[in-house]
Amino acid sequence: MRRLVKLAMQKPELASAMLLLLLVVLFQFRSDGVFLSVNNVRGFLGLLPETALVAVGVTLLMISGEFDLSVGSVFALMPMTMAVLVVAGWPFWVAVMLGLMLCALIGFLNGWLTIRFDIPSFITTLGMLFMARSLTVVISGGFPPRIKPGEVPSWIFVGFVDEGGLIRASVLWFIGIAIGMSLLLSRTNFGNWVRATGGFLPAAAAMGIPTGKVKIACFMICSVLAGFAGMIQSLRLNSFLPSLGEGMELQAVAAAVIGGTSLYGGVGSIIGGLIGAILIRVIDNGMVMSQVDGNWFKFAIGALTIFAVVGNAWLRRRGRAMKVETDK
Amino acid sequence: MTTPIIETRELHKWYSGVHALKGVSLKVESGEAVGLVGDNGAGKSTLINILSGLHHQDSGDVLVEGRPADIRSPKDAMRLGIETIYQYNSMVPLMTISRNVFIGREPLKWSIWGIGILDERKMREESVKAIADVDLHLRSPDALVGELSGGQRQGVAIARAMHFKSKVMILDEPTNHLSVKETAKVIGFVKGLKAQGVTSIFISHNMHHVFACCNRIVAMALGKVVLDKPAAETSIEEVSALL
Repeated sequence: MRRLVKLAMQKPELASAMLLLLLVVLFQFRSDGVFLSVNNVRGFLGLLPETALVAVGVTLLMISGEFDLSVGSVFALMPMTMAVLVVAGWPFWVAVMLGLMLCALIGFLNGWLTIRFDIPSFITTLGMLFMARSLTVVISGGFPPRIKPGEVPSWIFVGFVDEGGLIRASVLWFIGIAIGMSLLLSRTNFGNWVRATGGFLPAAAAMGIPTGKVKIACFMICSVLAGFAGMIQSLRLNSFLPSLGEGMELQAVAAAVIGGTSLYGGVGSIIGGLIGAILIRVIDNGMVMSQVDGNWFKFAIGALTIFAVVGNAWLRRRGRAMKVETDK
Repeated sequence: MTTPIIETRELHKWYSGVHALKGVSLKVESGEAVGLVGDNGAGKSTLINILSGLHHQDSGDVLVEGRPADIRSPKDAMRLGIETIYQYNSMVPLMTISRNVFIGREPLKWSIWGIGILDERKMREESVKAIADVDLHLRSPDALVGELSGGQRQGVAIARAMHFKSKVMILDEPTNHLSVKETAKVIGFVKGLKAQGVTSIFISHNMHHVFACCNRIVAMALGKVVLDKPAAETSIEEVSALL
């Protein structure tokens, strides 16, 4: 039993999950049942996959010990690239592939520059944040491209999949990708390398893990997921705006941290990042539904982030201090 | 005379203008326990880093079992059967014992291009066995390495090297920061290696630790080997005087 309690205390995502449950109940009560109504859940499930996919990528990258501030800009650049290509007459799928390849290239550059010149990824990706945003505006030519509804098969990504019109395809894409990422991190040798690289770089390098390549791969996955998420949002809204995803990078980091991911690397889980992302969405939406002044949203997220880090550190310390015999 | 398991010939290494190794030639015979001693900056670590693939010599040759070896990475060294256990531990504290044992050499159920699904059952079973083989008894392979004592960690690192059938084990200051009791444990592990026919190179500041488990002493000072004698023919006093 003690072992179980100890395990639970060392799993920070558990505390976040509990908080999530509590908030859902609270908002449901405070909003007189509107919070879990079909209409609200529909809106909620529309936005969730988009922000959560970004959080998943950022979480993976943070576990490997790096950081990406450029996800918000990549979130806008990918759909803009795709839309411009489609308007120019390229087939939809080719445009999607080229857009995602551009994201992969940006991720590669982020990683390669960080590793090759041994600079903090905070700086590399801060630079990329500006560059990718600027590119987005430049290729749009100042006028957002227009794609007529029905011109591209956007239903594959954002069409409703059920009769009642509650769940969009994006939710399924998101669940599939999240499970895939979670398995990649927890069940594969690559996941083992990611954790070792972020957990203790000298040991990982000494054991022959190609730590540079592992990090670059994580940067690329992170960028591609951000671009994919941006594409989903643009297709859902059917508008391609150069300002899409502004401020998203920090929300994604907040989601990862709230879910128990350490800024120093090596600690965290995909499911934790997910719970963090859901928490942020629940707070955003729940506050509106409960008729709290929406301007308090950022305050709540900020406070929760600090609280989560302090709380997780405390829980982990307490958990570790609980003596369980390791010697026979 | 048999072929030395490791031989270095005239190794030179410069670090940004500093001549760290000035022509080091050394032979290590199979089954020996060599104690490598020297003050800070004597070139011990440089020599070890070259043998373990972290750095590459500027000139000179390394021979493994009589064949010239071009060791460019830790993986190369491991492939040649040379495993290094570092002062600051070659383990990730936040990962479990079984995951640490197999870092970089994970058994896979299946894989595409080298990436695949871990065989976690095999990892657990074999790490338990490997640890028991070095006479270390831990309750669970799922415990985090960070929860182990310093001596236990070195034990797991040695178990890992044994599991992968290393022929030469380099122990870089494995007794630093350890209590007296824990140090005795690690020295016990090193003695165990000799019994199993594994060659070891034991690096330490502490003469007593080296003399307790090695049968040959090599002393370095200012990038050169200044003494190379069987442990029985020299003494702590003689070695100390040279450093």
